[in-house]
Amino acid sequence: MTDIRTLEHDTLAAIAAANDEASLDAVRIAALGKAGSVSGLLKSLGGMAPDERKEQGPLINGLRDRVSAAMALRKQALTDAALNARLASERIDVSLPVREGPEACGRLHPISQVIDEITAIFGDMGFSIAEGPDVETDDLNFTKLNFPEGHPAREMHDTFFFAPDKGGKRKLLRTHTSPVQVRTMLAQQPPIRVICPGRTYRCDSDQTHTPMFHQVEGLVIDKGSHMGHLKWILQEFCKAFFEVRDVTMRFRPSFFPFTEPSVEVDIQCSRKGGEIRFGEGEDWLEILGCGMVHPNVLRNVGIDPDVYQGFAWGMGIDRIAMLKYGMPDLRPFFEADVRWLQHYGFRPLDFPTLAGGLSV
Amino acid sequence: MKFTLSWLKNHLDTSASVDAICEALNKVGLEVEGVEDKARTLSAFTIAHVIEAKQHPNADRLRVCMVDTGVGEPVQVVCGAPNARTGMKSVFSPPGTYIPGKDITLGKGVIRGVESNGMLCSAAELELSTDHDGIIDLPDDAPLGASYAQWAGFGDPVIEIAVTPNRADALGIHGIARDLAAAGLGELRHVNVRPVKGAFRCPVSVILDFDVLDRHLCPAFAMRLIRGVRNGPSPDWVQARLKAIGLRPINALVDVTNFMTFAMNRPLHVFDAAKVHGDMVVRRARAGESMVALDGKTYSFSNDHVVICDDRSVESLAGIMGGEASGCSEATTDVLVESALWDPLTTARTGRALGINSDARYRFERGVDPEFCLPGLDLATQMIIDLCGGEASEAVVAGAPPDTSRLIEFPWSEVRRLTGLSLPVPEMKLALTSLGFHVSGTGDRVRVSPPSWRGDIEGKADLVEEIVRIAGLDRVDAIPFPRLVDEVPKPVLTVLQKRTRLAKRTLAARGLVEAVTWSFIARDEAVHFGGGKPELALANPIASDLSDMRPSLLPGLIKAAQRNADRSFGDVALFEVGQVFLGDGEDDQRMAAAAIRRGTARPAGVGRHWDGAGQEISALDAKQDALALLASLGIATGGLQVMPGGPHWMHPGRSATLQFGPKGSVGAFGEIHPRTLKLLDAKGPLVGFEIILDGLPMPKAKPTKMKPRLKLSDFQPVTRDFAFVVDAKTAAGDMVKTAAGADRALISDVSVFDVYEGDKIEAGKKSVALAVTLQSTEKTLTEAEIDAVGGKIVAEMAKRYGASLRG
Repeated sequence: MTDIRTLEHDTLAAIAAANDEASLDAVRIAALGKAGSVSGLLKSLGGMAPDERKEQGPLINGLRDRVSAAMALRKQALTDAALNARLASERIDVSLPVREGPEACGRLHPISQVIDEITAIFGDMGFSIAEGPDVETDDLNFTKLNFPEGHPAREMHDTFFFAPDKGGKRKLLRTHTSPVQVRTMLAQQPPIRVICPGRTYRCDSDQTHTPMFHQVEGLVIDKGSHMGHLKWILQEFCKAFFEVRDVTMRFRPSFFPFTEPSVEVDIQCSRKGGEIRFGEGEDWLEILGCGMVHPNVLRNVGIDPDVYQGFAWGMGIDRIAMLKYGMPDLRPFFEADVRWLQHYGFRPLDFPTLAGGLSV
Repeated sequence: MKFTLSWLKNHLDTSASVDAICEALNKVGLEVEGVEDKARTLSAFTIAHVIEAKQHPNADRLRVCMVDTGVGEPVQVVCGAPNARTGMKSVFSPPGTYIPGKDITLGKGVIRGVESNGMLCSAAELELSTDHDGIIDLPDDAPLGASYAQWAGFGDPVIEIAVTPNRADALGIHGIARDLAAAGLGELRHVNVRPVKGAFRCPVSVILDFDVLDRHLCPAFAMRLIRGVRNGPSPDWVQARLKAIGLRPINALVDVTNFMTFAMNRPLHVFDAAKVHGDMVVRRARAGESMVALDGKTYSFSNDHVVICDDRSVESLAGIMGGEASGCSEATTDVLVESALWDPLTTARTGRALGINSDARYRFERGVDPEFCLPGLDLATQMIIDLCGGEASEAVVAGAPPDTSRLIEFPWSEVRRLTGLSLPVPEMKLALTSLGFHVSGTGDRVRVSPPSWRGDIEGKADLVEEIVRIAGLDRVDAIPFPRLVDEVPKPVLTVLQKRTRLAKRTLAARGLVEAVTWSFIARDEAVHFGGGKPELALANPIASDLSDMRPSLLPGLIKAAQRNADRSFGDVALFEVGQVFLGDGEDDQRMAAAAIRRGTARPAGVGRHWDGAGQEISALDAKQDALALLASLGIATGGLQVMPGGPHWMHPGRSATLQFGPKGSVGAFGEIHPRTLKLLDAKGPLVGFEIILDGLPMPKAKPTKMKPRLKLSDFQPVTRDFAFVVDAKTAAGDMVKTAAGADRALISDVSVFDVYEGDKIEAGKKSVALAVTLQSTEKTLTEAEIDAVGGKIVAEMAKRYGASLRG
């Protein structure tokens, strides 16, 4: 008995004293190894008389269990301590700057973003996107749109021309996106609901004009769409696009050869410190031209103006981008200065949606 | 078009304010561009009496004035003007007044120890002249306390409107008044033209010398002589009006023509009869004829121009400008007055060709009222006699105003059909008749005859516009636009449209910044990039380096990169997705996506960095951009071939053409050729790619959205590495394909994990290390089976490339 108690005491003390895995292993071998002290006691059970074994068995097995448990506990403590010691020595400088990554430095041009915004709004209203070539015929850019030859309205367009071909016909760079209207009406039967964003060109260059710019045209042709609908579409568009609760618009009679009646639309705004705000203020800002499609245009594409009717509108994409996002000048749009693009551009995953909001 | 309020009131009986008039002008479509109302802007400046002006105690050049402003006690003002003196009348402004000529708001001040409570003003300070000599010195009878601007006659507000090309009639004040009257702003004052009874026959006759086909060039020409006139400066009220709208008074005869031009949209010409020789002939000019015009410049004519000649020479360019030789001066006693009709198109072309912009040209090219040709002559005759005296001859009239009368069948319902606005018939009818339209018939359909001055009115839609602009577009209610079908909107974008926008976001997500560059580039650049066709060269480019439609996006991007580099932003990565032009046909335009990287602008990051990067970009970075774009667009790249050697604007050994099949080139990537850089005045290193999005394979239509069932193997893949020594020119991409082809059933992946060229292996050779993954779907592979596949790979490599395993 004394032996067992002493042995237990000594072994547990040795376990507790073991400071590393090697010394703990030495204690294990000394106690539980083949020739170990506890193993010796276990072996001695076989030579005992049944009564003695009955008495000594639990004592010796208990000793073994307690030693084993103490051993496991000590081992875990030593492993933890070793890991803690290792971790304590492992450090990085988390303040080191990392590369910002491509998603953070890539940018979309404001024109692309605004076209996506316009597409989201009109796509929801059931408008398709129609496109046409930049190099156009005089017929589609002017004649079919009811610009008579030599008419002053034609001269106001500052057209870029190409050299005449053998037949004396000269192509031109479209001066507006309206030829896409004509192409759409020639290619498709009513009902028609399209918007036509694209590049347009006029030979004009100053603070507010660049020889290339972007327009979006809208066209509706069916048997009943009238100016009241047009007004609603433009109102809803402006509210959605400028992301304001309300806008006040002013419709002024105007003139475009391809619409009759023709209207210019102003939007009420305030200008304070160079910042334009919609839905408030006393100033009027012209934002688009529109009207009912001229009967001559409908006739020119083989649509009976007494059966079908509709409206069209056009506005500058660059211009509404400037109004919404505050670029003060048009010319840098096309200068590809990365400082400007980084500042006014949009992050690659800022995909405008009606559900998520057009802008962040 | 400018006019003054008082001039308008000669034609419109109204008590409306300037604001109300402007609002009505906008409402009817005569957009107000500006109002200059000096009576308002200068309302704080009043006439004051200087009771006493004495020397400032502390300043030689200043006076201290006691000023009676007409209101309250006299105020003390310190004044620096040399002409300030006791007893004078001048113009006073109190503290708080904005001084336009100085762009300041006046405050109370203490000047050299003396309090000053306002200012005595110079004309320059009121922006009335550039006269800085001293304060305004007014006559003794100027009314104390009155508004100076009002008293001085600056009180007539000037309104400027933009007139659209269809509204020629609004280029006369009378026409503007008619619109305003129709809009309910007052009563139109009709101009009563008393026919002039000539006292004698006009001694000069007129011949319209035109072929039958040319008669439209001058349908009518009316003229008369007024003899015994006394020409000289016109009266103040005429001069004041002309000056107010920016015209320079010349003499009474000339001023009458300008007055009629603006009042009645009736341009006229006056010849000094003493300087006209023989009869007048109106004809096409002959090549070589020329004339010194009233602007002092000499113009040479061609057969395209129409002129008025006497026996000796050309005396006037029809409808545009008269000649100096026969112009009227103060010495003129006998005057020939011309009122004619000229062809709008010819007038416009002639004016454009000769570069003459005149008020007459502006009106004739938009179309004047043909019926007013003769009344206009009579009205002008009367005004000349009123101002200058004299005796009028009978008129000579060659040709006759064309009959422009027409009838438009008009159902009143058309207004509602096109605008959604329901208006009572009487209101609609009144709008038309007050604009001078004649409406005949009753009931739902009427016949409408437009007035002679509205040549722009063609049909029903024009009448709708007239009615709604007078009724007011604000009365058109916004009506919700119904969907065509009541359902969730269907997708509307085409494959190319979707690919275009996805391409932009993909490239931006790779750290590239989107540029939008000009669609036109310099000719030599276009030629270098495979374009420069004559049919794509602009006839009238805005600049010589923006002359030809671009065949590629790369030149614009490369130059943009260089511009950034010149500003010390050399490590740029730019892209553009936009149109390129192969020809001038409508199918010759393509949508291209291109990107360039410069300096160290690699996909992983730009510039030097502690993690050891900062390497220069290589053509393979551009390859990665190109392939990432294809992957993002969902293009299966199994059939994509990367053929060494791109187009000639790329480095021949560091570029490749991307193609699907032998003819299906869709683009290229590579390092930009040094010669290309030189041409574009750019410095490298620069790499880039360009892919024509229209050329990419279309997605296959599938009956459902289901993806193929995923088959996963229960057995573990094994990987074996092989390092082959091959000729340095061997394409690693080919070796990958060869290895993969050694056992298509078992080999699931081959990757290149090392390429080595250097002193550890034979010169001219390289080592290419492949990791080959084997994956059976049936069993766990034995060593022998794995070795067998390895053996096949080694044998194939040896056969194809003379490859040996690296020892």
